[in-house]
Amino acid sequence: MATTEVERKRGQLAALTIAVVVVVVGVPLWWRTTETYRAWLPVSQINELALLQLQLTVDVEVVFSRGTLTPEQQKKVPFTQTHDEEHRVDGDTTVRYRYESKYRTANIMEEDALKQPTAAEADLSLHTLSESPCGSVVVYVIPETSVLLPQDMDVYIGQRRAAVLRMGAPMRVGKNHKQLLAHLEPRVTQVVQVMSFSHSDITASLSDRLRLSPGNKESLADSMRSFKSSPGYEITFSLLNPDPKSHRLHWDIEGAVHSFIQPLITKLAPLANFSIDSQILYYAMLGVNPRFDSSLEAYTLNADSLAHVINPVEARLGSNAASSNPVLNFLLYVPDAHHSPLFIHDHKKRPVASNAFHSPRWGGIMVYNVNDLYGQETPFPVNININMAKVMGVFLAQLRLMLGMQSSSAPPGFLVEPCGSAGLADWELDRLMWSRTVENVATATTTITSLAQLLDQIGNIVINDNIASQVSSTVTSLQLAVAELEVGNLGFALQYSKEAILASERAFFDPSLLHLLYFPDDQKFAIYIPLFLPMCVPILLSLIKIASEARQRRKLKQSKKD
Amino acid sequence: MAAYRCECVGLLLFMLCTSFTVHIDADVHDYTTQVTDTESDVADAESVLVPDPPPAPLGTGGKQSPQEEVVVEAEVVEAEDGPWEATEVRGEVDDVGDDGDANDHRVVDGPSSTDDFKEELVIRPLSSGDIYASFQFRTVWDTDLTGDQKVSHYRLFPKSLGQVITKFSVRELHISFTQGYWRTMQWGQPYQPSPPGAELWVWFQDTVTDVDGTWKELTNVLSGIFCASLNFIDSTNTVQPSASFKPLGVGNVTDHRFLRYATLPREIVCTENLTPWKKLLPCGSKAGLSVLLKSEKLFHSTFHSQAVHVRPVCQDPQCRTTSLELRQTLNVVFDLHTSGQGKREWSLFKMFSRTLTEACPLASSSKVYIDMTDNPQGEQFELSPATPLLSQAVVLGDRRTYSVYDLTQQGTFGSTRSLNMLLRWKSAEGNMLRPLLHSERYVAGYGLQTGEIHTLMYNNHPYRAFPVLLLSTVPWYLRLYIHTLTVTSKGKDNKPSYIHYQPSKDRERPHLLEMLLQLPPNSVTEVTVEFERALLKWTEYTPDPNHGFYVGSSVISALVPSVVAMDTDSSPERPLFSSFFPCKEEASYFTRLYTEPLLVNLPTPDFSMPYNVICLTCTVVAVGYGSLYNLLTRTFQVEEPSPGLAKRIANVIRRMRGVAPL
Repeated sequence: MATTEVERKRGQLAALTIAVVVVVVGVPLWWRTTETYRAWLPVSQINELALLQLQLTVDVEVVFSRGTLTPEQQKKVPFTQTHDEEHRVDGDTTVRYRYESKYRTANIMEEDALKQPTAAEADLSLHTLSESPCGSVVVYVIPETSVLLPQDMDVYIGQRRAAVLRMGAPMRVGKNHKQLLAHLEPRVTQVVQVMSFSHSDITASLSDRLRLSPGNKESLADSMRSFKSSPGYEITFSLLNPDPKSHRLHWDIEGAVHSFIQPLITKLAPLANFSIDSQILYYAMLGVNPRFDSSLEAYTLNADSLAHVINPVEARLGSNAASSNPVLNFLLYVPDAHHSPLFIHDHKKRPVASNAFHSPRWGGIMVYNVNDLYGQETPFPVNININMAKVMGVFLAQLRLMLGMQSSSAPPGFLVEPCGSAGLADWELDRLMWSRTVENVATATTTITSLAQLLDQIGNIVINDNIASQVSSTVTSLQLAVAELEVGNLGFALQYSKEAILASERAFFDPSLLHLLYFPDDQKFAIYIPLFLPMCVPILLSLIKIASEARQRRKLKQSKKD
Repeated sequence: MAAYRCECVGLLLFMLCTSFTVHIDADVHDYTTQVTDTESDVADAESVLVPDPPPAPLGTGGKQSPQEEVVVEAEVVEAEDGPWEATEVRGEVDDVGDDGDANDHRVVDGPSSTDDFKEELVIRPLSSGDIYASFQFRTVWDTDLTGDQKVSHYRLFPKSLGQVITKFSVRELHISFTQGYWRTMQWGQPYQPSPPGAELWVWFQDTVTDVDGTWKELTNVLSGIFCASLNFIDSTNTVQPSASFKPLGVGNVTDHRFLRYATLPREIVCTENLTPWKKLLPCGSKAGLSVLLKSEKLFHSTFHSQAVHVRPVCQDPQCRTTSLELRQTLNVVFDLHTSGQGKREWSLFKMFSRTLTEACPLASSSKVYIDMTDNPQGEQFELSPATPLLSQAVVLGDRRTYSVYDLTQQGTFGSTRSLNMLLRWKSAEGNMLRPLLHSERYVAGYGLQTGEIHTLMYNNHPYRAFPVLLLSTVPWYLRLYIHTLTVTSKGKDNKPSYIHYQPSKDRERPHLLEMLLQLPPNSVTEVTVEFERALLKWTEYTPDPNHGFYVGSSVISALVPSVVAMDTDSSPERPLFSSFFPCKEEASYFTRLYTEPLLVNLPTPDFSMPYNVICLTCTVVAVGYGSLYNLLTRTFQVEEPSPGLAKRIANVIRRMRGVAPL
């Protein structure tokens, strides 16, 4: 009896020991060896970035020329003032604009410059005096009586980063220092909003982070026309000649690019890399048959059918084999001899002056009629030289739209100097840089937060060190970009935001993330069961047996006690 | 699969079997290296996926993403200027602008174009009754894409190819896609030889530092351009031949570090490769000779080969500047029985189901040549419409006569405004001179362990020997025993004068064997080498492993004595004084010959094996473990042995009697 009891005890002990060994050694070992490698990610910092609090700081210098300040006011000058505006864009995003205004009086050279006969000359000579850093704005305040500006204009915005503001009538301004500020501040803010950014621009740039609500669709239309921010763009000019038998077209694209596009591109160099190429496509047809309008003696394309024009052409355009940057297409279509002239009509059936249209985030098409350049009896083929100035005027305007440089109409009373040979004023570039920086930051934060979420949700994904380093460099660059925005260093902020977006995209699209993603559970079990089932069932059964015996014994004891 | 393997590694490690674990471990490691290899093309494919693909243009039909809808709607909202805008021309254009409207639009003579396009079709009736058509489209562009300044304005030269050449600093690029095998014995020499499947060889500029990386990227981009599986070109099928592939264009780079050569014998060529090839032509398939290129006929043929060759050529006789030449060729052989319904009667319409109506307006020359050499007096076949134009040329060492149709002349098309040549045979038999050089290749041996590759090269010249360069690339999984290499001709050892052999490395690079041999006249030279078949890892097998594995064609580059030089005294029409010494230029010609690709069976495992192994191992482990567990946990007690049968019966009786049992 005693020996069987001892034997039974020993058996129980053995079963328990095996169970313990399985749990203590086996399970951790199995866990360790089948674990996927997941490098450490700065999750807390990413979560911080998910709640984006942007602060954009603009340095504004307000320079009073002689005759704008009362002696009392002059005593207080120079001084600085900060003006904050806070907007809550949505639950996760807050934007705060800080205008750091520095008020001072003009020095002698600036006074001289402001005495130039026209505003444009004044702008130029002011520019030669001092160059203001990227992202800042200088506002020169001139007396009401100044003849620098036309009578009905109050503000002049030049080609650089300077604006001239006409002071209101002295009685409206008042004598007091406070009154002066009260008078000036809204107007200076208005100037800055034109020259740097307005709240609607910033909201549009942040659209990546925002959920689209039906209400703000229309306000986003402008922002959706332009291309998304990207480190580089490919600009492709294509001449479509559907009828090489009749028309021999020659276009001096190299010269045109050099004189019209290149200055703009050079100016935009800090924003992105541009590469330009051109091609001629023969026998490239439009997707729709234009309708003959006998009253005009011309073929017409309606606004409704424009939508179908591009697709068949696009197959011929070809993508850029050598890079993956977005492509901006500009097509010049010369209708064939039997279908010309060809005019584009708008929704109200009126012909469009430029005979061109554009498609958001794709590019533009211009129809160039050549039929009136040769007589009826001219033998085919005709050699035709295309007037590139006319063509490039249209393409340049379309390019500006595609890049998001829509010249939002200035408020009344503003005189905006037309941009010069570069095709882009300094402040327009600044404006673009502000919105691109904010857009980059928004995109990079969304990318990195969604990556973090994804990695968090799917435990099977291997996170190797390369991805971890990309993620942390994204986070660092993002933090730096936000910090630079906060102090108003626009150039650096853009630089860092570009780095952030590149790194975040490299991390997000890293092919190594896909390796172990797809493992159906049923197959895993198919492999585990032959081993686990025969091993675990005896252990479990003996454990159950031990437990039930123990319970019985306790019951027995209890009944004995009773 | 790696996960299970990892997990199963863990389990087994947890149990006992160490040796098995080590094996699988190595396997897993290898798998990961493979994966990293393919990373770059995955990245390529993914660049398409980068977060914000620009929405397709307006009205892309049915499937519009919500974003596009927004765009459309928004544009409708601002209806006063529609989805397009009358673009206002800003002041700056006039500032910089040139003479604007004052500019006369017409030019009396077009500006000297810097590129030139020519198209050509050669039709050669073959003695077997088949017909061979060879298209050539040649674009010459007077530019130096390889120079410092970036050229990016394309006219006739295709932009996609130009960008590739610029980006990857390519000096020469030769790519061919071939379906079917060229039968030299029946058809003679092709104008452009090519091996079955895909072949790609590229000379890079000497400025390229990372040639292998550039090559990998280039193959990925080209596979996108030509819709082919060129992305399967990797280090295991790329070689650097030291002598066989010299640059065909100008430039005296001979450092074969900048050369890469690869073939994919398994590649299947079809319509999806033809369409992008046609897109590279300036006239597309809309005008000129290219209207004949309809895939339903082209691929209903016994041999189809299309190629793209890009190389620098001399711009002027002094060769001070170079131009870039793009030559697109397409060769097709129509079979007498399948395409010709057994009748020896061919016409353009019968071959291509199209006729010619015009030349490509962009081509400076557009011609159709028909080989009339075998038919000087019209006794073999008749050609209609007849053409007065004849041209003679020495092609592949033979003087040939061609009837020429010039498509740029309106008269060529006659009153019907379409050209449909008809060749009708008068006599059924045809005889062809045996080609001077041809070759055969096969695998000998039995079983799945070893084998022997035989390459036979025939020199049919009656009295002249000539040198050939033999290049064979053999994948690493056929392990060549180079000591068994024998070269015999006419029963005697033929010692190669140059051998370049690069042994393979498993999963890294193939065997490369290059030999310079002298083929004695009227002989067969046989090159044999033995090999052993390697056992692959189970992930390395193709989806249809029992089909076998391809070994690419061997390349034979030869300087063959020309036929013209051979029949010095048998050409009556030539003056006597011209024919005593064979003229040096025509004495021999260069040709390249591709042998058959080989199909080799490798030992193929049962692919359910890994799972079976897992199940079996687990069962064994479970049985062993179960017994051990039982031994350890069961309680054993001594049981009374049961009484014997006699005793039991006795007990029953005793009980019945009422006596106590025993």
